[in-house]
Amino acid sequence: MVLGTYKQITLARSTDKQIQKISQDGGIATGLLCFALDEKIIDGAVVAGPSDEMWKPEPTVALSSDEIMAAAGTKYTLSPNMWMVKEAVRQYGLEKAGIVTIPCQTMGLRKMQSYPIGVRFVADKIALDIGICCTENFPFESLKTFISAKAGVNFDLVEKMDIGKGKFWVKTQDDMISFPIKETHGYEQSGCKVCLDLVSELSDISTGSIGAPDDWSAVQVRTDIGETVFNKAVDAGAIELKPIDEGKFGLEMLTRLSKSKKEKAMKEIDRRKELGLPVPYKASSEKEDPLANV
Amino acid sequence: MLARIKEFLGMEAKPKEEASQQEVEKVAEEEKTKPRIGYIHLSGCTGDAMSLTENYDILAPLLTEMVDIVYGQTLADVWWDDENPMPEMDLALVEGSVCLQDEHSMKELLEVREKAGLVVAFGSCAATGCFTRYSRGGQQANPRHESFVPIADVVKVDLAMPGCPPSPEIIAKTVVAVINGDMDYLQPMMDLVGYTEACGCDLQLKVVNQALCIGCGTCAMSCPTRAVTMTNGRPEVNSDRCVKCGVCYIQCPRSWWPADRINQDLGL
Ligand SMILES: Cc1cc2nc3c(=O)[nH]c(=O)nc-3n(C[C@H](O)[C@H](O)[C@H](O)COP(=O)(O)OP(=O)(O)OC[C@H]3O[C@@H](n4cnc5c(N)ncnc54)[C@H](O)[C@@H]3O)c2cc1C
Ligand code: SF4
Ligand code: SF4
Ligand code: SF4
Repeated sequence: MVLGTYKQITLARSTDKQIQKISQDGGIATGLLCFALDEKIIDGAVVAGPSDEMWKPEPTVALSSDEIMAAAGTKYTLSPNMWMVKEAVRQYGLEKAGIVTIPCQTMGLRKMQSYPIGVRFVADKIALDIGICCTENFPFESLKTFISAKAGVNFDLVEKMDIGKGKFWVKTQDDMISFPIKETHGYEQSGCKVCLDLVSELSDISTGSIGAPDDWSAVQVRTDIGETVFNKAVDAGAIELKPIDEGKFGLEMLTRLSKSKKEKAMKEIDRRKELGLPVPYKASSEKEDPLANV
Repeated sequence: MLARIKEFLGMEAKPKEEASQQEVEKVAEEEKTKPRIGYIHLSGCTGDAMSLTENYDILAPLLTEMVDIVYGQTLADVWWDDENPMPEMDLALVEGSVCLQDEHSMKELLEVREKAGLVVAFGSCAATGCFTRYSRGGQQANPRHESFVPIADVVKVDLAMPGCPPSPEIIAKTVVAVINGDMDYLQPMMDLVGYTEACGCDLQLKVVNQALCIGCGTCAMSCPTRAVTMTNGRPEVNSDRCVKCGVCYIQCPRSWWPADRINQDLGL
């Protein structure tokens, strides 16, 4: 259960050349949302769109493929996507909303659907949740430090950021600068320390780069809804597949990293419990599977 | 308490119930002794009752055939006075906070506790005091009425369903869970009985201060008064807009985490 419950795990990427160019990995998030919009599976989507400030995302309700594409690419800082969910339904009148969420946002979404205590007629308007993998997230000021102080690059010149192969990468038009991921430690938000979910275990379809070669994504299809949409996209040729490598750089790595994230989080959860600090999850001693997201 | 709900409903826990029309109809068709329900209206705005009736489509068979509404001004036109004693009830929904200076309300609430098997604090006014927390008296019809408190301050409460108002869906889901004796679903509502001092500032005190906030924005999404915005990935509460309903903190994924139910609902 280290990778949550899923029906299928595969490598995949969008076949759209434009999406391939602008997306972070295989363009699964952007590709699937655009496909779902074209097919009227969704009538809009909440994404981490651009704001007035470079690399500072703003939760945005996208109504067109162009707007979905404008949000492609990972911004390694907070984008409270859940904030816009009610807006999407009320102000934009979406009946079938799509949304991209990192695992903790997926958790807010699913809790709202199972217990819509104060949220009226929103839960039933969520048609598709694409979960993206997440190890940790950074306050905007931390991100600025990485770029200006550690990579020594002008913020405005950055074209892409990425985490992979043990490094934080900063790409500019003519340069590729990296520094060890270890140097980001201490800059992440502390709420991530008790997070038990790397792979968006509660999403309809989750996608990430771990376990996939460059420009591909490792995708897990989880729910019935996710399966229907994913198969349609593959059948229509919007998404192409390749089996995932079972070995060291594939499934094994994904499993190992998910397990180590969970083990680290459980240590922190247990420590907090001992100190009497609140934490919404069970202590190791209270649960059957010590790595489950409960 | 668990045993009591099950006992009066004469049912065993059935997992995985959706508050869908079919489910409610199925429940309504099964022959059981009709639970007697009362609706008590204290100091609230009737929003909770309106939210309940918004479910009329799906709950009609249940409300008309499955239960007997034996007490309540709006729903049953039964009003308690010295000549008409309050009937025995299996379940009483109490809307609104109770005013300590209002003898009639105090008397009615205490009487409800006597006569009802289960008392539900229905809506945020009853559960947390909500906007009535701001009352300072000095107004007509009675300038003396100034101290409004959640009903759990005065009587023992069995279930709390906050919300300003609670959404029609949570009402439907809860009604179905009560009738099916689905204790797992109701557990959070039993736990929420103790959450009477709610405020938007709980986001700061109980989440951000506790190193738990992850900037998801669920709190800002769920606030009924738009008192919460997100600044640099953290909630910012405009206290002038906050009505102390508790919804933001209750919906936060870092306040309590119903993992099993979510997995079940998603079929995972
Ligand atoms: C903070 C963070 C940490 C991550 N850590 C890892 C990791 O450790 N391992 C891993 O495999 N993958 C990680 N990812 C995911 C990875 O970087 C890619 O986003 C993912 O593989 C999707 O790629 P794609 O090409 O399908 O997405 P694209 O088609 O490029 O679309 C990306 C989508 O992500 C959304 N998005 C961008 N930034 C954010 C944000 N800050 N918050 C919420 N949504 C956002 C956008 O709305 C867009 O729809 C992380 C993502 C984030 C945001
Ligand atoms: S590590 Fe977990 S808590 Fe932190 S941002 Fe990622 S999903 Fe959210
Ligand atoms: S709902 Fe999300 S953003 Fe709001 S306090 Fe909780 S964790 Fe923070
Ligand atoms: S901030 Fe909003 S949701 Fe939170 S208690 Fe105040 S009014 Fe209710």
